[in-house]
Amino acid sequence: MIYLKAFIVGGLICAITQIFIDKTKLLPGRIMVGMVVIGVILGAIGWYDKLMDFAGAGAGVPLSSFGNSLWKGVKEAVDKEGFIGLFTGGFKAGAVGTSAALIFGYIASLIFNPRTKK
Amino acid sequence: MYLGEASIEYQDGVYIQGYASIVGEKEGQGPLRSLFHDVENDPLFGGDNWEDAESRLQLRIANTTIREAGLELKDIRYVFAGDLLGQLIATSFGLKDLNIPLFGLYGACSTMGESLSLGSICVSAGHADHVLCMTSSHFASAEKSFRFPLGYGTQRKLSATWTVTGGGGVILGNSGGIARITGITTGKIVDYGCTDKENMGACMAPAAADTIAVHLSDFGRCPEDYDKIITGDLGSIGKTILLDLLDERGCRIEKQHMDCGMEIFDSEKQDTHAGASGCGCSASVLCSLILKNICSGIWKRVLFVPTGALFSPVSSNEGRSIPGIAHAVVIESLEQKG
Amino acid sequence: MTGSIKEHYDSYVKNVTPTASTLKNVWNAFWIGGLICTFGQLLLEGFLALGMDKDTAGYYEMVCLILSSVLLTGFGIYSKMAKYAGAGTLVPITGFANSVASPAIEFKKEGQVFGVGCRIFSIAGPVILYGIFASWVLGLIYWITHYVF
Repeated sequence: MIYLKAFIVGGLICAITQIFIDKTKLLPGRIMVGMVVIGVILGAIGWYDKLMDFAGAGAGVPLSSFGNSLWKGVKEAVDKEGFIGLFTGGFKAGAVGTSAALIFGYIASLIFNPRTKK
Repeated sequence: MYLGEASIEYQDGVYIQGYASIVGEKEGQGPLRSLFHDVENDPLFGGDNWEDAESRLQLRIANTTIREAGLELKDIRYVFAGDLLGQLIATSFGLKDLNIPLFGLYGACSTMGESLSLGSICVSAGHADHVLCMTSSHFASAEKSFRFPLGYGTQRKLSATWTVTGGGGVILGNSGGIARITGITTGKIVDYGCTDKENMGACMAPAAADTIAVHLSDFGRCPEDYDKIITGDLGSIGKTILLDLLDERGCRIEKQHMDCGMEIFDSEKQDTHAGASGCGCSASVLCSLILKNICSGIWKRVLFVPTGALFSPVSSNEGRSIPGIAHAVVIESLEQKG
Repeated sequence: MTGSIKEHYDSYVKNVTPTASTLKNVWNAFWIGGLICTFGQLLLEGFLALGMDKDTAGYYEMVCLILSSVLLTGFGIYSKMAKYAGAGTLVPITGFANSVASPAIEFKKEGQVFGVGCRIFSIAGPVILYGIFASWVLGLIYWITHYVF
């Protein structure tokens, strides 16, 4: 059942974004920035965690979940450390995704060569 | 002799003494495959990176064109060449070992028209016996500098065009030859405020329409005086716009019009969307289909109008529009003389 | 039609430019995006079954998704999938990984520092910047409302 929910919710988030891409002339970079910021906002008003509870990876895999974790990281750090938590929380919470992408991306640049399209 | 608003007519004509085209694998699988001089299946052209690949392509075009004309390097007085990359690095690094005086040109995808115009002016004024006019583009180097890394996942819009990997070169001289250039009309920058990088045809069509209209009025000719009026890389959408814009000026060219960008690929089978683009698009079609048909007398007189979109990633990030330019060159078969 | 084409060029161009079949694009984005999320769920359940807590399992899930995306990018498969799937491959975390790995590979010829080092952030950098900044702004509001007053 959770698999079906993940499929449908994850698919819907992608489908809505696709409508957005087709109807506007926004480049993918802007779409990705938009997704993360929306994730931060939905996290802050408490909706994103509810969506994650309902759909599991269906809400956890889309990039908006990265925004949600950034928000949660900042909030928890502020609760624990006070003002300075505003500066420690975000990067800690985003560490796994960012580090994995940078490290694997860098290793890929050592192994693979650019290839053209046909 | 200068004519009208923006044209020059050559009394004796400037002669095309040889030409050559070299293209990449995808172009070599398209409808014109049998007409190119050479098809290179290695996208790197034996080089180390995309920019180096395009440089090697330029050098090969230069050498092949000179050989096709039965000349040697030392016979060439000037080279008029350019490409799409920043500061013309494909041309500078490709042609540096030729040791021939060079004029580096930037006219975006209209560069072939610009180089033929300046080359023919130079020859007709008696400043050179033989000049080489050439240009190139490379799909991967253009994607990298104007769009996204090639491994990045994006969808191309239906109005997008596919940058040609390839190019062409023409030797111009003051005698003999296999065809001749009898006049040129130099394009103005025309800007209708279009900003869509994925719809270059719409950005360039107003410039093409302007140049064609000015050309016909300067020479006092009508479209029927040409067997073909051939634009560079407007693609299917640009073609529709061009015909509409000229129609508005009371000039109908449906029967004569052809677009190089719609000839080089089979847009259905090769999935290129609106057509092809890049300096190499008009150059390689000129140096295959067009000049072959002119030399064999199938077409007596052709108006060749390469079109360029004048923008850079910086101007487009700053939200500026994409102006267009188009240069017209009249090419005639030798049979028509007299 | 009133006025010349030039006067209403934008709307004229919009009229003659074909648009992609949105329905087909949306369907492709839906099922491929959904499938990537389902794959994520599968990984998550797998790591949970190994006895990990929810957070740790989520981290391992993310690392696996990113690794697969980077490999697919290196072999030139991710961009082919994206051509078909659009937002279906852009939106998942795998799209973020693709946006990091693809410039790193493309610009390796321009050197380790100014090629790979700078360009690796060319698409992902803005995502990190605005994510961090937005969470900082909302965090500041949270701090002011909960701890100052």
